[in-house]
Amino acid sequence: MSVFNAKLAATAAVLVALSAPAYAAKTLVYCSEGSPENFTPALNTTGTSFDAARPVYNQLVEFERGTTKVVPGLAESWTVSDDGKEITFKLRKGVKWHAGVNGFTPTRDFNADDVLFSFDRQWKADNPYHKVTGGAYDYFNDMSMPDLLKSIDKVDDYTVKFTLTEPNSPMLANLAMDFGTIMSKEYADFLLKKGTPEQFDQIPVGTGPFTFVNYQKDAVIRYKANPTYFEGKPALDNLVFAITPDPTARYAKVKKGECHVMIAPNPADIAAMKTDPALNLLSQPGLNIAYLSFNTQKPPFDKKEVRQAFNMAIDKAAIIKDVYQGAGQAAVNPIPPTIWSYNTAVKDYPYDPEKAKKMLADAGVKTPLDIDLWWMPVQRPYNPNAKRIAEMMQSDLAKLGINAKLVSYEWGEYRKRLQQGEHMTGQLGWTGDNGDPDNFFFLLGCAAARPGGQNLAKWCNKDFDALINKAKTIPDVAERTKLYEQAQVIVKEDAPWFTIAHSVVYEPTRKEVVDYKVSPFGRHEFYGVDLK
Amino acid sequence: MFRFFIRRVALTLPTFVALMFVTFVAVRLVPGDPIEARTGERGIAPERLAMLRHELGLDRPVWQQFLDYANGIVHGDFGVSIVTKTPVLSEFATLFPATLELTLCGLAFAIVLGIPAGVIAAVKRGSVFDHTMMTIALTGYSMPIFWWGLLLIMFMSEYLGLTPVSGRMDLINFYFEPVTGFMLVDSLLSDQEGAFSSAVSHLILPAIVLGTVPLAVIARMTRSSMLEVLGEDYVRTARAKGLSPFRVVGLHALRNALIPVVTVIGLQTGTLLGGAVLTETIFAWPGVGKWLIESIARRDYPALQGGIMLITSIVILVNLIVDLTYVAINPRIRHG
Amino acid sequence: MVDQPLPGETILPDGAIIETVPPAPSSLKAFWSAFSENRGAVLGLAVVLFIAFLALFAPLVAPHSPIEQFRASVQQPPVWAGGTWAFPFGTDAVGRDILSRLIYGARISLGIGLSVMIVSVALGIVLGLASAFLRGIVEVVVMRIMDLIVAIPSLVLAILVVAVLGPSLVNTIVAVTVVYLPRYVRLVRAAAMAELSKEYVVAARVAGVGRIRLMFVTVLPNCLAPLIVQAALGISDAILEAAALGFLGLGAQPPIPEWGAMLADSREFIRAAPWIVTLPGLAILITVVAINLMGDGLRDALDPKLRRS
Repeated sequence: MSVFNAKLAATAAVLVALSAPAYAAKTLVYCSEGSPENFTPALNTTGTSFDAARPVYNQLVEFERGTTKVVPGLAESWTVSDDGKEITFKLRKGVKWHAGVNGFTPTRDFNADDVLFSFDRQWKADNPYHKVTGGAYDYFNDMSMPDLLKSIDKVDDYTVKFTLTEPNSPMLANLAMDFGTIMSKEYADFLLKKGTPEQFDQIPVGTGPFTFVNYQKDAVIRYKANPTYFEGKPALDNLVFAITPDPTARYAKVKKGECHVMIAPNPADIAAMKTDPALNLLSQPGLNIAYLSFNTQKPPFDKKEVRQAFNMAIDKAAIIKDVYQGAGQAAVNPIPPTIWSYNTAVKDYPYDPEKAKKMLADAGVKTPLDIDLWWMPVQRPYNPNAKRIAEMMQSDLAKLGINAKLVSYEWGEYRKRLQQGEHMTGQLGWTGDNGDPDNFFFLLGCAAARPGGQNLAKWCNKDFDALINKAKTIPDVAERTKLYEQAQVIVKEDAPWFTIAHSVVYEPTRKEVVDYKVSPFGRHEFYGVDLK
Repeated sequence: MFRFFIRRVALTLPTFVALMFVTFVAVRLVPGDPIEARTGERGIAPERLAMLRHELGLDRPVWQQFLDYANGIVHGDFGVSIVTKTPVLSEFATLFPATLELTLCGLAFAIVLGIPAGVIAAVKRGSVFDHTMMTIALTGYSMPIFWWGLLLIMFMSEYLGLTPVSGRMDLINFYFEPVTGFMLVDSLLSDQEGAFSSAVSHLILPAIVLGTVPLAVIARMTRSSMLEVLGEDYVRTARAKGLSPFRVVGLHALRNALIPVVTVIGLQTGTLLGGAVLTETIFAWPGVGKWLIESIARRDYPALQGGIMLITSIVILVNLIVDLTYVAINPRIRHG
Repeated sequence: MVDQPLPGETILPDGAIIETVPPAPSSLKAFWSAFSENRGAVLGLAVVLFIAFLALFAPLVAPHSPIEQFRASVQQPPVWAGGTWAFPFGTDAVGRDILSRLIYGARISLGIGLSVMIVSVALGIVLGLASAFLRGIVEVVVMRIMDLIVAIPSLVLAILVVAVLGPSLVNTIVAVTVVYLPRYVRLVRAAAMAELSKEYVVAARVAGVGRIRLMFVTVLPNCLAPLIVQAALGISDAILEAAALGFLGLGAQPPIPEWGAMLADSREFIRAAPWIVTLPGLAILITVVAINLMGDGLRDALDPKLRRS
């Protein structure tokens, strides 16, 4: 009997050994939303593509994980000259580039040449890589880098000096953005010599915590730990992005343990996630706003009273409850409450259809009134379902004798037509880039009200415009706050928008995931994360 | 046979040329712009838009773009995706094995269940089995498969926990380099214990969903074809001679009854290769159908026109092979 | 003699031909007795009639408006799952009555199915007869175009057409019609070619019947049997294809209660409120099954070969 048992045990042991996968290590699977366009952040604009490149790369300065604080990255330290026009970075020594990826073996550590190359590629048309992979460099241009930068010079191998055309305090934060990613000049030269420069953007070689392994289009991206990472080998051995476009499927995968972390759950599933014993539901208020703009250049929306009446005609609470389903808070001001200068004294319009009806009649609006109401065909971080919001608004407005025709176009077309001012009322929103109030207020400024501009209400209020333009030039935060608080009062009173909501970002992670942090920028970062 | 072949190929060529033209025109008629489609809330400055369009050659006369495109295709160059900047042909080549694997498995599921079901239903005509089978087949034939897929995921994967939700492989426990692109083959080549069964388990639900309609078609076709053959004189003679029912059905009737079924299977292969769009969307299956749909949404002209050209050419090729097989197994056609 | 559709019996003694002559008033009874033999077909017909009734009289039958939002009862479960009789099938994400939406949705789906069928049958007859009679360049061009349409994966083609025209109900009909047109053209052409070689056509030609008359009065009625069967089955295929487009967000636009779009909209509730997802799918399935049952019955009744077996 005992012999038999021993045999059985031995067999079982062999079986266990056999069935224990050869790949038994700490592997974290992240259920992502879509496929990256490529692995060079400077070329991209989507969070999906940035997330895919981030494990591999570093920037000179970086945002501390889970915060908006700027901390040293590949630059150990920096000094800003007294006139604010020169920033000198001391680079970290002994940082190794990933070896063995795509047949490339680095012969030197990271140095100033790599920094110059990374920015020259985006900046200088004569850089051999400038035109590779389409060369769009949207963020470099959007952040006005060509205007702000005078020169970038190599002082020595480990010192780089940025000279600016004017003092610019957000510059450091800009360099921490993804377009500031530092790439290997030696790898670039190696591929150029091989005649395959386009691989530079498809098979990334970086300094980051994870080394790129491979990418199967629309399916999987794989990384493995970089043992020589300058801040220490990551706790995870392998990092996998499982590309799963459908949020329902992502949740199912997390539930079953096929993924550990997922992006963007369905609002409808959040209640269930909260009570799921296998999950931690992390959340953070999003740095964003969703709004319905009234085109103030088209009657009847040229009348303030009509816009105010519309503000009272739509049941915001119902939208928050039935569309955001808890993953959002009603928006009062055009900036989210997490940004400084948010005016808590401003009160929202109440939901009061009777009063709205009266105001419309007083303003001389005859019912039935035909208007159009535009909704974007895509999900955005600030708006989980523009179509459903449009349907709810349509139903609310119908009670006042207003026939809202729902209109939509393909996303690029939609945004372009809104910016041209073709709509009467249209939904859109905004996600903050750097946490400064001006990054939101400019959306209502007079400069942006031109056809094609970002001001979708085409609203130009001189008092408001004067306030925000003045605030931009003042360095003192307390003083700026006062001006922005006044600006918010004007916006509420003049009502160019129906402010819908600020979303709350939810990220379910499995209980075995240790120390994952939700980023205020919507990033997904895995260095420092461990599995139990 | 040879002349038939030449004639069929000759008939295919004009279709191919027309296809090239139609895809090019249709894709450009789709409103929207590939660069605008990629921008966020910020939009893009008109000067930069013009510059990027120029770099992509989108500002050149349309006829010139068409000539370039046609010239490329003749030389086997299907252009470069605007979004990923990789050659369309190589994108297609990485995605097609997934579609092919799914199609073949869906078809295998349909054949393995459909033919026996059809045969038994025909032999036991009018029985409870026959009625049940034909009811199931009709339901399967009428199934909105996007709904069917959702229900199966909910029931099989979530409620019962039997199958994985989506994807092609257990990503936590296995890793191997893709060699052929067929997960079933690659998992065997990888020599990792359990990888193959993981690949199989990931294929079950998508294959069932994709195979549902062909299963119904094959079962119905087999049944009616069998009924016809069973009524023929030679089968009756064989029966009268006292041959066992198994021999009659198995040897004489089935062989003849299967000729039209084989054709149907062949045609279904073509339909499925291009028709896996919904199944791939529901199961996040990294195949060609899903890619085409996404390319439409992204206004990725080269990917879209190249992708349609490639998948359609393959469908045409499969149908050609089916025709030739049909001629080969059915000599009566040859002289007709 | 020449003006009358030629009775098959007098010209041809072949029994099969008589069978393919479409049911004249006298043979309607025979057709019905053959059709009603098939219990499934009768059941299918009954269900189709029921759904058609609901669709026609939707405003009278439906308990609520399909677009009215009852904000106080959002996502209410159906009556068998703890809901109330006020909303027998429950309510959707914004509080609309699902039963009413399904009933009005029957209008949309049947409307799409019928429109596609009528347009493609009409076009199919014209193009099919034209290629069979005129032959030459007309036939080559028409049939090559049909080959082309068939070669492109159907859903991809439909999506492409919708992408070009813009998503709407009418464009859904256009897209699905384009996809299904080849079936009808090929079928009419093949049937007409088969008829053309028959003696009664030759006789009519010799008697000097004009070409148009020959096409539509002499030959067409004799091709109708397979066309009717195809048309019946085509309705169900069109409904499925349109629902698939709706599911991908390319069909009817909000707040039209199209079944496929209802399904797509409610996909996120598959866990939180499964009935919102289950019911539209079931509605599609039941309708399509019923039409297919009816179509099978039609085929059995009209196709002499299968009737024999």
